[in-house]
Amino acid sequence: MNRRDILRRSAAAGLLATPAAGLLAGCATGGGDDNDDTAAYKGTKSEQNPLGVKEDAPLEVVIFSGGFGEEYAKAHEAMYTEKYPKAKVKHSATQEISKTLQPRFVDGSPPDVVNNSGTGQIDFNGLVSQNALADLGELLAAPSLDVPGKTVKDTLLPGAVEIGSYDGKFLVLNYTYTAYGIWHSNKLFTERKWEYAKTWDEHIALCKQIKAAGIAPWTYAGIHPRYMSWPLISTAIKFGGPSVALALDNLEPNAWKSDAMKAAADAWHQIVKDKYILEGSPGLDHKQSQTAWCQGKAAFISCGSWLESEQKDVTPAGFNMTIAPTPSLGSGDKLPFEAIRGTAGEPFMVPAKARNVAGGLEYFRTMLSKKGAQDFTRKVASLTVVAGASDGVELPYGLSSVVKALDASGTNGFNWVYNNYYRKLERNLVDAACGEFFSGRIGPADFLDQCQKGADSIAQDSTVKKYKRAA
Amino acid sequence: MRHGKWPLIVTFLVPPVLLYVVFVVSPYLQAFQISTTDWLGYSADANSVGLANFKTLWHDGYVWNALQNNAILLALVPVLTIVLGIFFATMLAMGGRKGRAGVTGVRGGAFYRTVYFFPQVLSVVIIALLWKEVYHPNKGLLTSALHALGLPSPTWLGDPATAFWCVLAVMVWSNVGFYVVLFGAAMSAVPKEIYEAVLLDGASRFTTLRRVTLPLLWDTVQVAWVYLAIFALDGFILVQLMTNGGPNFSTDVIGVRMYDTAFGSETKFGYASAIGVVMFFLTLSVAVLSLRVGRRDRIEYS
Repeated sequence: MNRRDILRRSAAAGLLATPAAGLLAGCATGGGDDNDDTAAYKGTKSEQNPLGVKEDAPLEVVIFSGGFGEEYAKAHEAMYTEKYPKAKVKHSATQEISKTLQPRFVDGSPPDVVNNSGTGQIDFNGLVSQNALADLGELLAAPSLDVPGKTVKDTLLPGAVEIGSYDGKFLVLNYTYTAYGIWHSNKLFTERKWEYAKTWDEHIALCKQIKAAGIAPWTYAGIHPRYMSWPLISTAIKFGGPSVALALDNLEPNAWKSDAMKAAADAWHQIVKDKYILEGSPGLDHKQSQTAWCQGKAAFISCGSWLESEQKDVTPAGFNMTIAPTPSLGSGDKLPFEAIRGTAGEPFMVPAKARNVAGGLEYFRTMLSKKGAQDFTRKVASLTVVAGASDGVELPYGLSSVVKALDASGTNGFNWVYNNYYRKLERNLVDAACGEFFSGRIGPADFLDQCQKGADSIAQDSTVKKYKRAA
Repeated sequence: MRHGKWPLIVTFLVPPVLLYVVFVVSPYLQAFQISTTDWLGYSADANSVGLANFKTLWHDGYVWNALQNNAILLALVPVLTIVLGIFFATMLAMGGRKGRAGVTGVRGGAFYRTVYFFPQVLSVVIIALLWKEVYHPNKGLLTSALHALGLPSPTWLGDPATAFWCVLAVMVWSNVGFYVVLFGAAMSAVPKEIYEAVLLDGASRFTTLRRVTLPLLWDTVQVAWVYLAIFALDGFILVQLMTNGGPNFSTDVIGVRMYDTAFGSETKFGYASAIGVVMFFLTLSVAVLSLRVGRRDRIEYS
């Protein structure tokens, strides 16, 4: 092998070493030209067909195959073809939404329905600012498929439309209704005669008791420590009111260093300081930590209401997982103990350049029908944004505790959306800060500093489109 | 033989060159062009922004942090891998005590060779998952071993103080086997008489290695160096699967930064391309540099 050979090979290897850059470029060519065979399918609108679906137009659906699997989508597709027997539905499922679909977006030939979820989720900020998503407003105004006299919008739970709206346009259908809280095993607590604490001081006292019993009070997903930002921010919002969340979402200066956030961070620092966290947690991912929790090695874990279906395979019988709101800091809290973070999740979208936009909207209408939503709840044990759709469906233990918690929370429920507006802020920046904080390497002040620095970097980045929401 | 020359050249050269141009050269040229735009990746619209991406990059602390980690990898991975590779290859080729000439390998050499080569057979993804379990903070092999000895154990991948070194160790582990075989093959090309002569002169094993084996293997070591340097500048797959750059960016590398910018937490394809372009030049310079620095006279056996 002579020198030139080596050089040539090393250059080739160098190119191989940067595969993504090559990919980026490969996709950029020849995109965006509309020619005749990509013209949109349009049907005639009528009372029976308010969205103007062309009945023989094919529909392509791409599902994220995560905790919910893909069977539920196949059922929805079957309902769609029942109504439009001439339509051919193309179904596919992947865990890599962005990698699989990015070239097709550029090419101008995206699928008609995309379940944009999971770690391979495409950043919504990028999609929205490039006008890549179809406006779903027409869907909201259309009559519900099986709730007579009501439009689709009327059938949705409060907050479902807001969370999918950017600058007032409804672009993303978040299909599930998710509660975020602190989970414990009712079986363990009954056996040990422990009671879930309603105030923070009681919580700390309970942690002491649990630790004395030889069980770690807490564990968390150390590899994805943002899971712990949820109860911390919730504590702050309950202490300071919904304006705390509004400030975070609108990237207001020093929003992360508000008094409420300080109080919450100080409080949560206690479980780190007093070593109430299962040893080794910083090195566990979400599955590993949840499994440790299911095995009774820890008493509490922070998660959303998908926890029960995600842990189905490893949860012992009679474990009786129960969700509860974060404890109140004290009597000065603006929101009652029962207030819990509830929000629509699991985003679905119709790309603006999809050939069958009307079909995509109609597919959503099918999903949002009472029948479609009930089927989903039955299949994957998760609530949907369709009000009352879980009535009469037998719910597993954990999910019924979610329903109870949401009912108790009622109008005191709260939410934040900065993670939707600026994916990077939660996934990278706040995540990293939580990792440092909950492993005890930094204190509450440095934690909030690091979060604020992250928020500031987003606020100052002129290449990122900013969104504001009003109360 | 002259008359069949052109058809032969054309059939064997044109298709690979064409493939290379279409799938390697042209995307690269495009990446250069994209790096000067603000393309966000999900529409065909992109505005030219000149060198703004590179300017941002210059002030991007996360990119510098990743580059710093790459620099440490670049300094350590090739050295460790080559030293270990040469050590194992030497032991396999001439570490045995049998025979006065001392040029036989240790007993069971074939077995060791297989064991060393084993990581090479596994896909990188499997290696990453395997080691993630080894590093499991509660029930992993390492933790359990330390606990069995009554020692405290760190959280490995969960602690910024240890995570980077854990990943580095896996990089060396997964590469050594290949270089054992490479160096082994190069050593077997060295005539035995040279060793016999050296040993007759009373040289120790270490002197033999330093004065005879290494100079004769220099070409191969150089190739290994270039490959490993390129590997160290990349390191993407292992890092992405094992830690995804965390905790707190302590294991971040430039490849992960690029991927995250385009496909991960953002969709800034223009900026990501700029990172890719920087990576391209870094890789190229490192390759050229290590070839220049390592330039020595070639030795040919006749």
